[in-house]
Amino acid sequence: MSIKDDELKIIKEMLLKMASLVEAAIKDSVKSLLERDVELANRVIKNDHVINSYDVHIDEACIKFIARRQPVGKDLRFITTGMKITTDLERIADHAVNIAERAVELSNEPFNNTYDDISRMREVAQRMIKDAIGSFVNEDKRLAKDVIMRDDEVDDLNDAIIDELMVIMTKHPEAIVHATKLAYISRNLERIADHTTNIAEMVIYMIEGRIVRHIADTHETL
Amino acid sequence: MEDERVLDVKSLGFYYSNGVQALRNISLPIYKKAVTSLIGPSGCGKTTLLRCFNRMHDLYPGSRYEGEIYFDNANILSSSVDLIHLRCRIGMVFQRPTPFPMTIFENVAYGLRLKGVKNKQELAQSVERALRHAVLWDEVKDRINSSAYNLSVGQQQRLVIARSLAVKPEVLLFDEPASALDPVSTSKIEELATILKKYYTIVIVTQNMQQAARISDWTGFMMLGELVEFGRTDTMFTNPSNVLTDDYISGRF
Repeated sequence: MSIKDDELKIIKEMLLKMASLVEAAIKDSVKSLLERDVELANRVIKNDHVINSYDVHIDEACIKFIARRQPVGKDLRFITTGMKITTDLERIADHAVNIAERAVELSNEPFNNTYDDISRMREVAQRMIKDAIGSFVNEDKRLAKDVIMRDDEVDDLNDAIIDELMVIMTKHPEAIVHATKLAYISRNLERIADHTTNIAEMVIYMIEGRIVRHIADTHETL
Repeated sequence: MEDERVLDVKSLGFYYSNGVQALRNISLPIYKKAVTSLIGPSGCGKTTLLRCFNRMHDLYPGSRYEGEIYFDNANILSSSVDLIHLRCRIGMVFQRPTPFPMTIFENVAYGLRLKGVKNKQELAQSVERALRHAVLWDEVKDRINSSAYNLSVGQQQRLVIARSLAVKPEVLLFDEPASALDPVSTSKIEELATILKKYYTIVIVTQNMQQAARISDWTGFMMLGELVEFGRTDTMFTNPSNVLTDDYISGRF
């Protein structure tokens, strides 16, 4: 294996490690909400700096690689994809922190019937990240396309949660603060799925050299 | 110890026999077991500087050095230096391969014989070791006694590197070692440089700054006989401190 391949492998390994930390952050942030576990929520908030430092290190490694190796073709697509993936992962982790902060604030509130949908959203979003990263590692474009399709389910769940929360707020004005925070959490999960969709779109670019973002009806052209 | 200095250049100046000053007030370290590249436009003095490191200029009478170059705490510019001994310790590989008109084996054994090695077994072992270090052994082991001229140009260049390695130098000077080679042979030489730095200190002059970016740990950028900037290659190629360096590496000259 050449020195260049070794350097690419190191970047890939850093990305995988970062992705696994981000996946755990989402899982733990929602778990801390559902189980009213303030300690767990605080841990998610506290550990965000580790993910941030991966973001910086991966970016630095990619910039050095570009400066020193002038990548073209497959290597160039890998490096540009890697840089974008790390940005999306870092943003996803910030959303997990937002959720964890709300989980702390809501720790003494009673549950309502949107929590099941939030739990479901977390499940779908977390699976999306796992598969998006899997599609990156295995250069599996079918899996990447599948991830992109799943964004709709998260959007629908978000819409349903917001509708339900509006009903609650109308009937119980005293629950507005609680409901607004839940809407915020739902919105964060929805954004997590959007960033994950970006990752899957970049993976398709890396494999096929085709940019599939912003295509009017992406699902048809995939 | 990455940052241990092998060569320490202090206020070096150099004049050719016609009185033209080719180097001005150059100071830089050459770090042990690392690759240092010297880059800069044609005529900037990078090859002139490289040739100071093993006193190649002494082949042309009338040239003159100023300042000092310390190697093992001794100034190699001093008139009392044994040049043959110095060139065994600091070897040079040129732009075009320069095999001697003899067998592959004898090419590599040449320097050893010059040093007085006569024992056949010792010669054979040293030749094999040098060819292995130059990543040429597997390609030539079955025809070690055929003429070096039968090798491809890329192989000849690695043979010449093996010849330098046979006398166990501490420093290897590469003067555009890949500029006469095709891309595949070039990448072999580049890989070789990064392998060799485990054992040797390497200084390479190259017109190809991408090559400098790929293989070196330290880079010096020269212009008009002066050292404009010296630093870690990572920094030099991402965020150089001198605007001239930035202009040169981004092709604005």
